[in-house]
Parts: sequence; C-alpha cells; structure tokens
Amino acid sequence: MGLLNFRKSTFKHGVHPPEHKEETNGLPIRQFPFAPLIILPMAQHIGAPSQIVVREGQEVVRGQLLAKAGGYVSVPLHAPISGTVRKIANVPTISGKMSLGIFLEAFPASSQEVMDGTPIDLETATAEEILKGIQDAGIVGLGGAAFPTHVKLKVPEGKKCDVLMINGIECEPYLTTDHRVMLEQAEDIFVGIRYLLKATGAERAIIGIEANKQDAAGLLESKIPEGDPVTVKVVPVKYPQGSEKMLITSVLGREVPSGGLPIDVNVVVVNVATTAEIGRLLPHGRGIQERVVTITGPGVKKKGNYLIPIGTPLRYVLDQVGVDEQVSEVYMGGPMMGVAVSNLDISIVKGTSGIVVFTDKDVKKTEKVYPCIKCGACVDACPISLNPSKLGILAKFEAYERMAEEFNLMDCFECGSCSYVCPSHIPLVQYFRLSKSIVRKRNTTKQAT
Amino acid sequence: MLNKTLNISTSPHIVKGIGTDDIMQNVVWALLPTAIFAVYSFGLSALMVLIATTAACVLTEHYLCKFSGKESTISDWSAVITGLLLGLTLPPNFPVWMAFIGGVIAIALGKFIFGGLGYNVFNPALVGRAVLQAAFPVAITTWYPAFLDNRFSSFSVSTFTAPFMEPTVDAITGATPLSAFKFDHVVTPAYDLALGLITGSTGETCAVLILLGGIYLIARNMMNWRIPVAILVTVYVLSGILHWVDGQAYPPPLFMLFSGGLMLGALFMATDMVASPITPLGVVIYGFIIGLLVVVIRIWGGLPEGVMYAILLANAISPHIDNLIRPRVYGTTKSVKGS
Repeated sequence: MGLLNFRKSTFKHGVHPPEHKEETNGLPIRQFPFAPLIILPMAQHIGAPSQIVVREGQEVVRGQLLAKAGGYVSVPLHAPISGTVRKIANVPTISGKMSLGIFLEAFPASSQEVMDGTPIDLETATAEEILKGIQDAGIVGLGGAAFPTHVKLKVPEGKKCDVLMINGIECEPYLTTDHRVMLEQAEDIFVGIRYLLKATGAERAIIGIEANKQDAAGLLESKIPEGDPVTVKVVPVKYPQGSEKMLITSVLGREVPSGGLPIDVNVVVVNVATTAEIGRLLPHGRGIQERVVTITGPGVKKKGNYLIPIGTPLRYVLDQVGVDEQVSEVYMGGPMMGVAVSNLDISIVKGTSGIVVFTDKDVKKTEKVYPCIKCGACVDACPISLNPSKLGILAKFEAYERMAEEFNLMDCFECGSCSYVCPSHIPLVQYFRLSKSIVRKRNTTKQAT
Repeated sequence: MLNKTLNISTSPHIVKGIGTDDIMQNVVWALLPTAIFAVYSFGLSALMVLIATTAACVLTEHYLCKFSGKESTISDWSAVITGLLLGLTLPPNFPVWMAFIGGVIAIALGKFIFGGLGYNVFNPALVGRAVLQAAFPVAITTWYPAFLDNRFSSFSVSTFTAPFMEPTVDAITGATPLSAFKFDHVVTPAYDLALGLITGSTGETCAVLILLGGIYLIARNMMNWRIPVAILVTVYVLSGILHWVDGQAYPPPLFMLFSGGLMLGALFMATDMVASPITPLGVVIYGFIIGLLVVVIRIWGGLPEGVMYAILLANAISPHIDNLIRPRVYGTTKSVKGS
C-alpha cells in the first residue's frame, strides 16, 4: 500500500494567481470607527430574509434583537450599535435587488456596551441546543457564502459526520481575514470547535491551512487544548483550495459525489472565522455584531484588517480608509469570486470577507475576445476536470441541456479558474453561471408542468 | 470623494495575462531562427518563397474578412504563422506565383471557410501544401542544393516563373536525404541532418534550430510538449525496431528523426492547438497516430515523405479523440459517454 499513501495531498489542476497577501497579512485587526448611520438589509444571507421586530423611532441597545429568523433557513439580526431606528425602508444590496432594511442612527456618546443574551453552556447543552444557539446568534458562513451555519451543521437522518473540517485556507488573492483571525483569535477558535464537535457528533476536527500561512498553522498547533481531538493540516497553495470539495479531497482524499454535499462523505466544513465567532458569542448568548474585513487593493490608501460593525455603509468605509482618485472597480470578496459593486450605498454584511479596490490600470483588459483556440489551458485549470472549452462552445450555441447532461455543467462551482487562464479572454465562468441558471429554471418549469 | 461612476465586470477580476495574440506572436519568434537559417543556406530564392506565402496568407485573411463584412483578424498573428509554416515546407526554388497561390488556399480553404481562427479542422498551412502538392507535383519535388556560392546574388531559375507556367527544370538540382534513401538507398549522416547541411525544403533542414524554437515555446507554456514528444518517441521506437530487424532495408532511427519535415511537423504543425485534441491523454494518442503514419508512409508508401499526410489525417480524427477521451469529472464514477 506504500504507493497509495504517496498521493500528493492536494486536488487536481487549479491555478496560481499572484497572492498579494503580504500587503495586509502582517497588519493586526483594528477596530473600525462607528458610522453615524448604519444600514442593515434583512437579506444578507442565503434563505428567507429576517423579519423586523422593532419599529421606527425605537431606541435599541447594542446586541439587541432587531429582526428574527424568517424560517428555518434564516437567521436573526442584532443591533451592531446602540442607537435609534430612524427608518425602515428598502435598501440596495450587492446583487442589485432591493431588500427591506433598518436605518440605525448611533447614539453619539454611547459606551456601546454589548447586551448579553442566554448563554449556551458547552458542558450541559445538547446538540440541538447548540444549533439553536448558533441560529439565535445570527451566524452564517463568514467565508463569503453567508449560508446559515446551523443548517449546514445539521447532520441529516441516517448520515454520520466523522470529521469536522475547519476551513482556514483563504485561497482568494488579497484577502487576509481568516489569516489574522487564526493568529489573533486562537482561543475562540478552539472553543468554537468544541461547540461544533458536539453539535455534529464528529469524532475529530482538522484545521486545513494553506502553506502560505505557516505562522498561523504553527500557532494553532501549539495552542490545541490538551486532549482535544484537533489536528492542523497544511496543504499546498493553490486556488481554489478553499472550496469545500477541494479541501476535503486535499486533506482526506475523499471525493464528494457529483450533486452531493460534504456530509455524503461524512464531513462538515466550517469556515475558521465562523468557528471563532461561535466560540466567542455562544458562551454569552450574544448575536453577531461585527466581522473582520480585509480592505485592500492597489486603490486603497490605508490597507488593513478591520473589525467593522455589520451594516456600515461601504461609502463610509472607503471614506475612512481613503481611495485613489483613479478608482475603477470595487469588489466585495476576493478578485477571483468576488462581486463588483455598482452602488456604494450598500453595506458591509455578514458575508463580506474583503473589500478590494482596483484603479483604472489594475482592471483586466478584456476589450478583445478571441475565438477559442482549444489550447487546453482551461482543461488544465478546472479543479473538477470539466472541459470548459467545449462547454463554452456549447453555451454559445445555447445547447444548455447538452452541457448539463453530457458535460456535467451543474458540477461547476464557478471558481473562475477557466476564465482566469483563458488566453482568448472568453468569459467562460460567466457563460456557465448563466447556463446553470437557465437549466435550473427549465428544470423547475418542467417539474411544475 | 467617490463621485466617480464605478465600473462593473464579472468575476474573476484578474486574468493570467497571456493572450492568444501573445501566443501567436511567440510562435512567429520561435520560427524566425529556422526562417533565417533557411535564407542563409538557400539564399534569395528561399526569402522570396517565405515572403510570397506570408504575404498571401495575411492579405487573403485581411480581404476575406473585409468582403464578408467582418473586422480584419490579421492582428492575431495567426495568418503570419500559417504563411511562414507553408513557406518553410516548400522547396526553396519553388516558383513565387505558386507559393502565393498556396498561401491564398491555406487561408481560404484551410481556415476561413471553417470560420476562421479556432474553427479550422486541419492545419491551414498543410492544407495549402497538400493542394500545391496535388497541383504542382513536379515543382514541389524539385530540390535546390543548399550553400550555392551565388545564392545571395541571384535567384534560382524557377523562382520567377511566369504565373500559370510550369517552371523549367533547374540545371542544378539536389536530392533530399529521404528521396536519396527511398530511391537510391543512401543514408545521410545524422550529424549533417541535425545541423541542416543538406538539401530539403526551405525550413525543414536544420533540426537543431527547430528544436530550439520548440523548446522556447514549451518553456513559455505556449506549446503542448506531449505532442512532439509522442510523435518523436513513436517514430524513434518504431523505426528503431524495424532497423534492428533488418538494418539494410530500413533506415536508422536517428536518420528518420532528423530527415524531412518531421521536426518542423512534430513541433510546429502537429501542435496547432485548434486541430489537435485538448486532453493530455488524447494528445498522446494523437501524437502516436502521427508517428505511426509517418513511419508507415515513409517506409511502405509511394512517397519519400509522409509527415504532411500523417498530420492531416490525425487532424481529422482529433475531434473524435476528444469525444472518446474524456477525463473523469470530480465526484462522478465514470465519464459520461458522448453521442
């Protein structure tokens, strides 16, 4: 069996974009100033929007419940600052859709002390109570997906979770949020892991870290509490190592089946910053009020990792850090999968892991799209071994069914590696996003009829 | 601040940076040493052939685009490659008017009717050459010796043959190593072959320079190294076995590697990205087929050289290779069978 153990511990293919992490990875997390007015959209996670429980004019204390969960796949929202509810109205979100939101005006001279709720005791709480506590704390995946964490942690009937995977990969270029969290919040992470182990019933936890964060890996390894079933695993630097499926393959050699979830191979994956948040909030019964955001990119003057209250308007954030005159594009998230912002009046939400600002000269030049020359660069890049070249041609011919049935379109998780390497600058992943949504729409209409 | 209107674009917001035009330009740079050596060894006649084919390709592409109401695509440099490659496969004393027609055909029939760059089924330069071989069988097999003393002062007699006229046969002609072996059973030493001290097509003589150009492109990740390796290994092994079985009847493997158009074909023609398969395994199969066909045609076929037909045939089956060879997709148990 010696040969089999020789397997290199990483997934197939992938790309190596320039990291640009050294610009912020040495900068400690700093508290960001409180904006005079914060704006909280109700739809900042995947699932049903939160339901507002306060009224206009009401005074609220930091940590107080502002909105309750709108269903099972939903989370509540807490006041990030003490202040007055000025207005309840539709607010813009990153997707371009409007969402009901709360305008909260800060008390100018408030101490901003946090209100505690009902603590979840690690020793006595059941798995169900922990999951409820996580939902009540308003916790969603802080890595960017913003999927309600308690839903992800719920192991379905008949399935078993043996490994809890803590995702500290952070493979997106520029972002250093998780890196700083691992360096500065190790205690919270280990408390969080205890809650998570109990909630999932997993036997052990593995913290996966990319090799460009050796300091974080070393620190966490040295701080593992005596007797806790936790190990740290360093994996090669390669995008998209931080994708759940790729991480599971790299660390455990298991492959999540097509169309399946990590739990199908007995794994639950949780982002490391989410884990730290759970470890910090649950013992006090608090709700999430702020998060760490890396603000970086060539167009930012005061780059850094900031602890920013949820709902802080992006315009205020950029005013505080200073932005280059030649600003061209602003991204929420990293440059590989992040979304370009069209409106600065949106807010920092729970899923905002980074803000990257590009100036005119940093923006990719894509005026000229050449035909596909079948060079195969995308085939060598696709982490799940799709044929993006073929899929791209089929997309042009609108052969969406064939893409899905014959060429595994629906397995694409839109990491963007194909577009990144394409010498003809074909917006492949954009084709696939559209194709996938068309296939999904057609499937639902088919089911309806 | 920030009154400026923001631009938006879809992710990823960064790109690797190597463009299709960069790749094409680099292929041209990689071919230049071979072209310069061709002019050095064959003189002005070879220069005229290269100019005629390149000009024909670029002009044809430009005007076909214009006539069909599209933007000219010559800025992607691919027409220049086709022109250079075609010129390099022709005899140095090839009549200029014929070379020009070859260039027109290469672009028009080899590339444009399929839809232009990215859609050609065959390597366009080889389509041009195949048509020339069928149309002008004598001119394309009349070889001109290298290193003539007057090569920089005068052209070969046939270079400026009047359009639509067959060239008068040159007083001085040479035999290529392959025809020498095929018809007279003479083996040219591999050393002369590698350095290009021989008679042959304009750019097929100096194997070392062709290899250097290929290595440059491979190092820059602009050429799929598996293709030339698969072809050359196949030819070497197969001809090695044959030579071992009967050293008199079959040429030595090094002779097979360095003679004729094999080097140029394996490195610069078979590697046409558009006309070759896309997966690593597919590419190896494709290379093996080319190598096999080259040996079969050279040894048992009626022609002394078989690289052109070998590559064209392999181009034709390359879409089928892609259809059959599909890597297993992550999370699936088997690759989905194609229709």
